[in-house]
Amino acid sequence: MKSDALKSPEEIYEYLKASFDELLEYVPAELGQSWITVPPFSMKAVAKFLRDDPALRFNTLMCQSGVHYPDEDELGVTYHLHSTSHKHTLVLKVRVPIADPRVQSVEAIWKTADWHEREAWDLLGIVFDGHPNLKRILCPEGWEGHPLRKDYRQQETYLGVTTGA
Amino acid sequence: MGLLDKKYHDSNIIIVPLENALNWARKSSLWYEQFGLACCAIEMMATAASHYDFDRFGILPRSSPRQADVMIVAGTVTMKMASRIERLYEQMSEPRYVISMGSCSNSGGPYWEHGYHVLKGVDKVIPVDVYVPGCPPRPEALLEGFLKLQERITNETVVESKPDGK
Amino acid sequence: MDEIITNGVQKQEMVINMGPQHPSTHGVLRLEVVLDGEVVKKVTADIGYLHRCFEKHAEAMDDYSKVIPYTDRIDYVSAMNQEHGYVIAVEKLLDLEVPERVEYMRVILAELQRIASHLLGVGTFGLDLGAFTPFLYCFIEREKILKIFEKVSGARLLYNYMCIGGLMQDIPEDFKTDTREFVKTFRPKIQELNDLLSSNRIFIDRTANIGVLPAEVALNYAASGPMLRGSGVKWDLRRNDPYSIYDRFEFDIPVGKGEVGTVGDCWDRYIVRVREMEESLKIIEQALDQMPDEGDVKEAVPKRVRPAEGEVYVRTETPRGELGYYIISDKSASPFRVKARAPSFVNLSILPAISKGALIADLVAIVGSIDIVLGEVDR
Repeated sequence: MKSDALKSPEEIYEYLKASFDELLEYVPAELGQSWITVPPFSMKAVAKFLRDDPALRFNTLMCQSGVHYPDEDELGVTYHLHSTSHKHTLVLKVRVPIADPRVQSVEAIWKTADWHEREAWDLLGIVFDGHPNLKRILCPEGWEGHPLRKDYRQQETYLGVTTGA
Repeated sequence: MGLLDKKYHDSNIIIVPLENALNWARKSSLWYEQFGLACCAIEMMATAASHYDFDRFGILPRSSPRQADVMIVAGTVTMKMASRIERLYEQMSEPRYVISMGSCSNSGGPYWEHGYHVLKGVDKVIPVDVYVPGCPPRPEALLEGFLKLQERITNETVVESKPDGK
Repeated sequence: MDEIITNGVQKQEMVINMGPQHPSTHGVLRLEVVLDGEVVKKVTADIGYLHRCFEKHAEAMDDYSKVIPYTDRIDYVSAMNQEHGYVIAVEKLLDLEVPERVEYMRVILAELQRIASHLLGVGTFGLDLGAFTPFLYCFIEREKILKIFEKVSGARLLYNYMCIGGLMQDIPEDFKTDTREFVKTFRPKIQELNDLLSSNRIFIDRTANIGVLPAEVALNYAASGPMLRGSGVKWDLRRNDPYSIYDRFEFDIPVGKGEVGTVGDCWDRYIVRVREMEESLKIIEQALDQMPDEGDVKEAVPKRVRPAEGEVYVRTETPRGELGYYIISDKSASPFRVKARAPSFVNLSILPAISKGALIADLVAIVGSIDIVLGEVDR
């Protein structure tokens, strides 16, 4: 991508190291964009820094996606950030164990995360600490399970109507 | 009046069975409920708009189910929507008809296998009179569905025969 | 419900349900509106009535190309743009070069689809506000585009025409003449639409100064497309982060200037769509001139789609805004994860923020000006 030339993820990582020290990890990718791994309990502080630092100014969260990694028994969240003023992009990743899937919410930093986080909770069961209204968004209230998990089993009936053929 | 212009005198009387007259009137003014669900709704709109023109069959959209004769289920019915469709159907007054438009509302269509949140056919919650196949059906197909429904209405009995047979 | 007492008069807030069956919610959207008299105090959008499990289907398919029909159905009003975004993303995963002729054809189809989609969006927006005639005029033109698409792909609405590395079938011989003919006849029609609707006094009264979205709020919510440009931000992915061959064309990016009201009101979002149609015509004309006549459209189509391990996020500009596909590959034949970042989903999440204090009748105008497609909101 063109915007990478302005500031590569590696440079941003070096820049962030000064403030966050050991917390972050840089993962180079062979295909697609390289990313930075953030621990779930410091996501909000990192997000705030990324948005407000004059050298970074990541003012939009393009996309926030939940992922289930069944081999590692983990859930993950991927953040795609973009800065309209500096024209660079960045990918952040958070990994949490499936037994205790808690990530700090970034709803207060980027408003768009509100619905994205609700969707990740609905479809994958990731809990976002600090989200003001973490309810199901696509499936109805009272739906069983989180459909996008790889081991999801469809419930047989909903309100007395069969979900199968 | 077009073809009928100046063809009859004012003293002419047409004799027709009451049932035929009633059914003719009913089938010529099918008001449908303006209610789109998914992709098929766009084709439904195209059928109602300038090119295909529903109006020439007396088919007009109504915004309230209480004023509608026929409900076109145009699109995918999800589990969340199923109970609402049932409610809307109950609000329609008799006689009422349902046209199931497109594969999704016929059987779940492309979402048949993995669609955990998709109802596999609207006939699981409400009775359907005409099924229109296609994904999405062309406007001509929807019109054909209406013609089939008209055929059905023509053959219906609305007049009750007297109990003593007189 | 809270009871409010002002000047000794006891008033009560009222909760009104709008939808899921409502003629102006553009599908099955449900809004829970808290009203104080006629003034909207709070709006809560309840979505998911058309959740068709796209992401589950994408993971369940045993081939990357089998996902394409489902991408069509995400945004059924602009299926070509959806296909375009998806095939570009997979091609990036495969590191695949696509022949020139295919690239040009895809751009022309995407721009024609943009016009068709805007025609529908503008037409139904007028319909929501009580202007019935423009709707019929828009549909006349839209049918002409659908005729071209039908000749090309065989379908009117959901095409499944673009495939990974190329196109499903060869371009029909008279495609160029048909498209040129359409461009010629359509240009004066935009002026007609402007006369009919854009400068209509009643229409302006219903849309100017209504639902004002300031630029910084739009950015914080990651709004995109006409929603963002209507707020005066000159941001178009075709120019700012060019994909496919968009860097070869000359075109303007219309933005809202607050000509009849405030920057970022409903009228601004509407007029951006109308002006974008003219820009799309410019792109189509240039692409038609540059497109090579000879070449096999299936030349680069791979026999087997098996990307290496990795992931991509590719974003393209659809009529409604930024469409992102986040695809993770685990070396198998089926995608490990496909997330569609749909523009309508994000744009709709702004609704509670901009409709506070509006009148309930204006809520219809605001929802219409966002131009949502529920298939995309719920996926």
